[in-house]
Amino acid sequence: MTYEAFNKQAATEIIAGFGSRAEMLVQILHGFIAKFGWISEDAIRQLADELNLSRAEVHGVVSYYHDFRTSPPGRHIVKICQAEACQAMGGRKLSAHAASALGVDMHSSNEDVTLEPVYCLGNCACSPAVMIDGKTFGRVTTDRFDDIVASLGESG
Amino acid sequence: MATTKIYVPRETAAISIGADDVAIAIARQAKVEGASIELIRNGSWGATWLEPLVEVVVDDKRIAYGNVEASDVADLFAAGFLAGGEHAKWLGPTIEIPYLVDQDRWTFWRCGLIDPLSIDDFRAHHGFKALEKAFDMGADAVIDAVKISGLRGRGGAGFPAGIKWQTVADAAGDQKYIACNADEGDSGTFSDRILMEGDPLGLIEGMMIAGYTVGASRGYIYLRSEYPLTHSILTRAITMARESGWLGKNIQGSGFDFDVELHLGAGSYVCGEETAMLESLEGKQGIVRYKPPLPAIEGLFGKPTVVNNVVTLASVGNIMNLGGEKYASFGVNRSKGTLAFQLAGNIKRGGMVEKAFGITLRELIEDWGGGTASGRPVKAVQVGGPLGAYIPAEQLDTPLDYEAFIEIGAMVGHGGIVVFDDTADMAQQARFAMEFCAIESCGKCTPCRIGSTRGVEVIDRMVAGDQREDNYDLLVELCDTMEGASLCAMGGMTPFPVRSVLKYFAEDFSPAVGVDE
Repeated sequence: MTYEAFNKQAATEIIAGFGSRAEMLVQILHGFIAKFGWISEDAIRQLADELNLSRAEVHGVVSYYHDFRTSPPGRHIVKICQAEACQAMGGRKLSAHAASALGVDMHSSNEDVTLEPVYCLGNCACSPAVMIDGKTFGRVTTDRFDDIVASLGESG
Repeated sequence: MATTKIYVPRETAAISIGADDVAIAIARQAKVEGASIELIRNGSWGATWLEPLVEVVVDDKRIAYGNVEASDVADLFAAGFLAGGEHAKWLGPTIEIPYLVDQDRWTFWRCGLIDPLSIDDFRAHHGFKALEKAFDMGADAVIDAVKISGLRGRGGAGFPAGIKWQTVADAAGDQKYIACNADEGDSGTFSDRILMEGDPLGLIEGMMIAGYTVGASRGYIYLRSEYPLTHSILTRAITMARESGWLGKNIQGSGFDFDVELHLGAGSYVCGEETAMLESLEGKQGIVRYKPPLPAIEGLFGKPTVVNNVVTLASVGNIMNLGGEKYASFGVNRSKGTLAFQLAGNIKRGGMVEKAFGITLRELIEDWGGGTASGRPVKAVQVGGPLGAYIPAEQLDTPLDYEAFIEIGAMVGHGGIVVFDDTADMAQQARFAMEFCAIESCGKCTPCRIGSTRGVEVIDRMVAGDQREDNYDLLVELCDTMEGASLCAMGGMTPFPVRSVLKYFAEDFSPAVGVDE
């Protein structure tokens, strides 16, 4: 996944796309994540200005939700389901495998990849499940995980 | 040459195991063979264990092929797949698949059957008929029908939908709202998703009926962000409904105005709690509100608001079409109608089974589910998501009935059934219940925010064999405090799975029980 560096003009366009309404803050932040990959201090400052909110209010919302990361992600985002249905099918083992195969700990990133926990992808009849760059995969054995990750490398 | 219709689901679970690749392979193979096909991307029938489930229409009959992989496609064509030819993956007519035959498909009957993104196909399957009927009946008669149906909130709380609608209808207010809770966060649940991906217009119709009935002109769908495919399907369905005059001003000349706005959640479990969801819809932190005031009186932006789950709203169409009495004739006791049970976790035939209330856990897990995927004995079943009790194998004959479950200290919730085999370490599951609460607590009330962290610590000490009896007493006391003093179900029900482990699986707290990590 490729992201743009944060820039005020693109940010203003996203905010305007939601009618510059403060009640759309959560939706606007999703727009920022899709465009820039993460929420920077500059982004928070601009949101506060344009939505007529305090920086503390914006910061509060950003920090409340798991989706709004505040550091740049790696090129690929790997989320591994940690919830009960996946636990019942070896999810804990898969998480440990993913961390060692990717060489990053849960909640952390390197240039290539960000590894994050997720609590249910709604794919519980095909557990364990993972989401990679927004695409859900089911029945993910450790071997299948390695295959999927290898195919990412090929596509860049 | 006649065009052959082929259905390949565009549904998260089917795609997660290759449905898109199968669709591409079919299109490619048809081109190679010069065959004329129409590829329809339907929703899922819910037989997830058979996905990707491909269907070919032969003489107006849909013939199914199960667990199709892209690599099977050339072989399928060679076996006369376009004429419904025999093949190792051949299942026969879809409507004769045993998993589907014995269901009570009331709310989900269009899922799998229709093209979810075709207004014409929706209309051809009673689409918007219920809304038109509601216009004819008038608001009061609609509320009466919903009351008579006995429909209770399908999100988990089980509150009677008719009474909620009546409250909002009676509330004074220049603006009212319908807020659809599509934040299906409970592990082991995916029926909202199957409905929204397979019959999005059915949900929109339910919201419109609710809006017409209570006098609301605006609806919101709060969809969890973990469902990106659902988001794109709903977005297209809403656009289609607007373009064809089924959303907007003066709908089909009825004088009724209604529009729907789709919002994404942002990974917070507690936003499935109705007041936290309203806060999030207002663009704020998803922190639980004190009740009262009830959302029906002061909800979204302080206005009277119907907050209903996806399946609750989608059930209304059928209640309109068939009548409240008919709906209420299904089910048992105060659990009327049907629920879409979701078989998940360690289960051989996972998927969604819509049945009248009263069916037992054992019937669902053994007859539909075929037992565990691992082939090992069932040890525990968690019903109703992360706040639901772990039910031991001895209690599998409990009927699915809201009150019968409360009696055994459990809950039906949203109908998610997560099966664990005998290798599960239940102390670890109890610990996870507390850990999950610590991660997801909104932080407003102390028992939930602090109690959950202390709960993890106490369980760790018990597992380590450190003063086990004293810590056992402490954990029970902590559960009492969380249950009695938390603001919402997050802290208030986290003790349910913990207590059930203490009651039925206490031996797993022995230090001799290994940790499987």
